[in-house]
Amino acid sequence: MSSKPVMAPSTDTTVSRRGCFMKLGILFNGFAAMVLAVPIVRFLSSSVTRGRANAYLSWVPLGSIDKFPEGETRLATFQNPYVMPTDGKTVDTACWVRRIAGDTFQVFAINCAHLGCPVRWFQQSGLFMCPCHGGAYYRDGSRASGPPERGLFEYPYKVKDGVLTIQAGELPTPGAAMASLCTEKPPCA
Amino acid sequence: MRIIEFGKTIGEWFDHRLQLAAPIREAAEHPVPRNTASWFYVFGSAALTVFILQLVTGILLALIYVPSAGEAWSSLQALNHQVALGWFIRAMHGWGSNFMVAIVLIHMVQVFLFGAHKFPRELTWVIGVFLLLMTLGMAFSGQVLRFDQDAYWGLGIGASIASRVPIAGPAIVKLMLGGPIIAGATLSRFFALHVFVIPGMLIAFVGLHVLMVLKLGINEWPMPGRVVKRATYERDYHALTKSEGAPFVPYAVWKDLFFAGFIILAVAACAFYFGPFGPTGQPDPTIIQTAPKPDYFFLWLYALLSLLPPSMETPFLLIVPPVAIIALILLPFLSGEGEKSWKRRPIAVLTVLLIAITLGTFTRMAQFAPWSPHMNAWSGDPVPDRFVHDTTALERQGALVFQVKQCRNCHSLGNTGGKRGPALDSVAVRLTNDQLIRQVIQGGGNMPAYGNNLSPAETTALVAFLESLHPAGQAPARDASREVVLGDSNHKEAVAQR
Repeated sequence: MSSKPVMAPSTDTTVSRRGCFMKLGILFNGFAAMVLAVPIVRFLSSSVTRGRANAYLSWVPLGSIDKFPEGETRLATFQNPYVMPTDGKTVDTACWVRRIAGDTFQVFAINCAHLGCPVRWFQQSGLFMCPCHGGAYYRDGSRASGPPERGLFEYPYKVKDGVLTIQAGELPTPGAAMASLCTEKPPCA
Repeated sequence: MRIIEFGKTIGEWFDHRLQLAAPIREAAEHPVPRNTASWFYVFGSAALTVFILQLVTGILLALIYVPSAGEAWSSLQALNHQVALGWFIRAMHGWGSNFMVAIVLIHMVQVFLFGAHKFPRELTWVIGVFLLLMTLGMAFSGQVLRFDQDAYWGLGIGASIASRVPIAGPAIVKLMLGGPIIAGATLSRFFALHVFVIPGMLIAFVGLHVLMVLKLGINEWPMPGRVVKRATYERDYHALTKSEGAPFVPYAVWKDLFFAGFIILAVAACAFYFGPFGPTGQPDPTIIQTAPKPDYFFLWLYALLSLLPPSMETPFLLIVPPVAIIALILLPFLSGEGEKSWKRRPIAVLTVLLIAITLGTFTRMAQFAPWSPHMNAWSGDPVPDRFVHDTTALERQGALVFQVKQCRNCHSLGNTGGKRGPALDSVAVRLTNDQLIRQVIQGGGNMPAYGNNLSPAETTALVAFLESLHPAGQAPARDASREVVLGDSNHKEAVAQR
């Protein structure tokens, strides 16, 4: 340890050359940080900004309508339209297809409207039941009992050339509630 | 002797450059009040021990684990079955996480009951609150890295909760998931959180936390009547450590050392005996035969989300956690002075007891999950013999309807079946014929209406079966007014039917 007295910090209020440079240096680094912040924030929020204006959604075929007998509800699977190379099986999504009659369908999200667990269809009692917190829904997706505050989420659908197509691409959650999806076919649920 | 001399010279050479020996000795030998050399004071160092254990086992797991949604599950399988003792390292990390949450909570309770959060250690407490939140963050993100069905649907639950934030909800969900759905990007960002962000913050905050304990001194053993005052506390504390203090090393540290060793062995014993957690089924969203459940430290939340009235749920989820965190942070500022001893702080003791009992009860309930339908009860749990013994054909037909219509998924008979609805072993004592019909057809009281799903014949049979469910020697409920209105003949007819 050196015993030399260290230069005492100046109490002088006049602007010194070094003091001025230090402030400029801080300012310069502040500017550099701002320049860096723009791409960082842009990068971090890309999953949000990319999905603006329903950009994640597209029309996905579920197969021929002959796969779905009238008056019955069947499980169907589709690949989520937005895929990353590391997604593995997670892009495979399930949904419940209820063919009421002819070209009239209801396509329900697999996710319970309470907290997103996968609901199961029980043909005999005509109910969807959720294994997590005990939500139950009737065959038309409306709430029967339990903690959900609404019916099952529905995908908008189209039937063209005998193929059932749904508009999908986002995880349906109670907050988003696929409200954005309902533009074409109100009312949802 | 020469070797010792040589070693000493090398040590001096290093210390001349590092200058660390003096501050380390000062920290180790700083005087602590004698009565703090207690077994109650070992939980902080135990938490640190488990944290270091987690760092070591975590790094070992990272040698094999692949943070990719396509491969994470199979890399866990490789750890369990292919890599020598991979299962043991996984089990150590999993059990270490359980121990860490538990020890951090015990440490917090001890600190609170001993009044250690009071002046001048307010900031130490506040940092401790952040450490608790980070520990829980590690627990949740760690559960996600065990990328199986529970992790997948657990993320869905997290997303559903986050989505309920007004206005920003959908954006928060996409930020959390790293995309529109739970997929590769989700796992990658939870990996980054679990392995870089939170541990980095934890290391920094733990360092600060320990430094403050060293600088401010360990909390003295609380004595009833020895009241904390801002003006005099520090002077009194220094007088105490001077008059009856003892150097932390070795006077108090041996208990920390023993407990640390005990905890490490306890984690290892649990790991060895119980083995690793999961992974459960593949994280394939098209496999819907699953009943996801959180790890034990979040079971209370799982119970709460089932039992809250639906309309209260969103406000509760969005308001209570921030309020609880703010209350914990404000606590040392609101009660920074006064009595430290739990013997003079009945409200503090009762609060701890209330919270512990509440969390304990919810956790216990979540192990049964009485609110979840038993998805396979209708096909897997037969109606016990005694309920169909000596019954009419109509009643037996009703028992069939009862099973086939999945009533059993929510209602138990002979203690098997779902517990979502009431057990029906003696339902006929509670409800009359009319009430049974009404309940079956219209539902209500959290039961779906079955009117659209039962033919009149099925309803008649089902209700006949339900009416037979009463203990021997206890008559079924009957509507007395019915006899008056419809006359005696109707009653006789009903009896004859039965």
